[in-house]
Amino acid sequence: MNTRNVTEHAPTEASRRDILYIATGAAATVAAGGMVWPLISQMNPDASTLALASTEVDLSTIPLGQIVTVKWRGKPVFVRHRTPQEIKAAEDAPLAELPDPEPDSKRVQKPEWLVIIGVCTHLGCIPTGKSGEYDGWFCPCHGSTYDVSGRIRSGPAPSNLEVPKYAFVSDTKIKIG
Amino acid sequence: MDGHSKYTPKSGFARWLERRLPLISFMYDSFVAYPTPKNLNYMWTFGAILSFMLVAQIVTGVVLAMHYTPETTLAFDSVEKIMRDVNWGWALRYAHANGASMFFLAVYLHIFRGMYYGSYKEPREVLWILGVVIFMVMMATGFLGYVLPWGQMSFWAATVITNLFSAIPIVGTSITTWLLGGYSVDNPTLNRFFALHYLLPFIIVAIVALHVWALHVTGQNNPTGVEVKDVKKDTVPFTPYATLKDGFAIGAFLVLYAWMTFFVPNYLGHPDNYIEANPLVTPPHIVPEWYFLPFYAILRAIPNKLLGVIALFLSILIAAALPWLDKSPIKSGSYRPLFRRFYWVFVAVCIGLGYLGAQPAEGVYLWLARLFSFYYFLHYVIILPFLAKYEKPEPLPESIDSAVAAKEVSHA
Repeated sequence: MNTRNVTEHAPTEASRRDILYIATGAAATVAAGGMVWPLISQMNPDASTLALASTEVDLSTIPLGQIVTVKWRGKPVFVRHRTPQEIKAAEDAPLAELPDPEPDSKRVQKPEWLVIIGVCTHLGCIPTGKSGEYDGWFCPCHGSTYDVSGRIRSGPAPSNLEVPKYAFVSDTKIKIG
Repeated sequence: MDGHSKYTPKSGFARWLERRLPLISFMYDSFVAYPTPKNLNYMWTFGAILSFMLVAQIVTGVVLAMHYTPETTLAFDSVEKIMRDVNWGWALRYAHANGASMFFLAVYLHIFRGMYYGSYKEPREVLWILGVVIFMVMMATGFLGYVLPWGQMSFWAATVITNLFSAIPIVGTSITTWLLGGYSVDNPTLNRFFALHYLLPFIIVAIVALHVWALHVTGQNNPTGVEVKDVKKDTVPFTPYATLKDGFAIGAFLVLYAWMTFFVPNYLGHPDNYIEANPLVTPPHIVPEWYFLPFYAILRAIPNKLLGVIALFLSILIAAALPWLDKSPIKSGSYRPLFRRFYWVFVAVCIGLGYLGAQPAEGVYLWLARLFSFYYFLHYVIILPFLAKYEKPEPLPESIDSAVAAKEVSHA
């Protein structure tokens, strides 16, 4: 039987068959990517989680010097009604000494109201208020201390407690998120 | 390795099956005729104990899953229901929870055995690496399972461990959100952890099959570290010798396991895990299960988030490089006087790290953890590669058989 003529062709020359192979390979790659994507994407936050993205807080109920914890996106947000001494301490902190330098004015919209996400930037524990060397926050898990502006002062946490996106809806009400 | 005997099917059905799927001869060659070095000590029995524990965990786990509810508002109560209402539920849950501890105890003894007798050396590198992979999947499985009861420790373990990924530059936070299925540990997290906790043990079974396959290709190492030279003289058939020896060891191990399960079932647990998860309050002192403590100590020892996480992962992964870090041609630590001393220092450092991982990360504990972490890596990357150069090994026995004969003479 003479089948050699059918299978033989010069290897250096691109044939119609090579183009078909490449086109098939490329289509298969795109198709595989398209099929894998839903499997990866399903793990991201779903619509119901995204829907709970904002929270309103009434500030008039928070006495001077108190910290109130509000749940937002499953995490605690600390709203601290700061006393004049605390504001002064936060503003006077020498920036050069801070591991993550940020002036207090950049972290608050009104100096008496500090709004921060209460999640330690090290590994996600909840720091306890009015404790630690700077009377700000202290994280019991791995010993990070934060000042009254929620800025990291000592310990393994790499950065300041995060300020969420929020806006004053009225003089006594804020909307977080 | 050539076996003691070749299987010949006797019954008509066995002959029929043999031509179509040689399953019986495979089992016979693997677990009956398989040649076992005749000088194995009891440190070699943990492979069998681990196989037993893997099956025990899967069996107790599957039945617990029939009573457990992976939903944040119900998970904690469903576990309490297992403890109170389900027939024998308390025994099954305690057996599963303490089974994890016994599993890790056995795997650590198995690993340290391999490290002492050079079981990672040529030609067993792939066997060793598969072991490291099994250990890592075991750690993932143990962690995922610990989260399921939805107590305070469970919740915060999940938070802290998933936050390790936030240390990755730029994409860290997105990866953490993706892993959690939300902005914090919540119902989607619990659902997927349950699904994965159920899946991974079967992945472990598959890798264990490869591990055993690799073992059966190279043959077992033995306390002399001298390879089998004459199958007839140096080995005995697996059954009845190893089968009965392993059976006895499993029995002894079960005594300890049963004592833990029935008399001190919560000894290794933490009371905080009997408080339902609260995302707004962190327990004042959070510690992982005992089998993760050395790695936790390494994580906390480094005062930088990213480097701490890298050191944590590296401290496990580095074991896979052991076949190339230890340059000595002598396998067994029994014939390496210098290695032996450094080996026991290393064991002490690992135990020390475990102790420090349970202490608060402050003051003298932190400094000791740093010192020990440094030594841990020093052992792998400096001490082991250089030992071979300066060490004068003791004379190796001619063969396994002559080592056994010499021992018998000295005992006579």
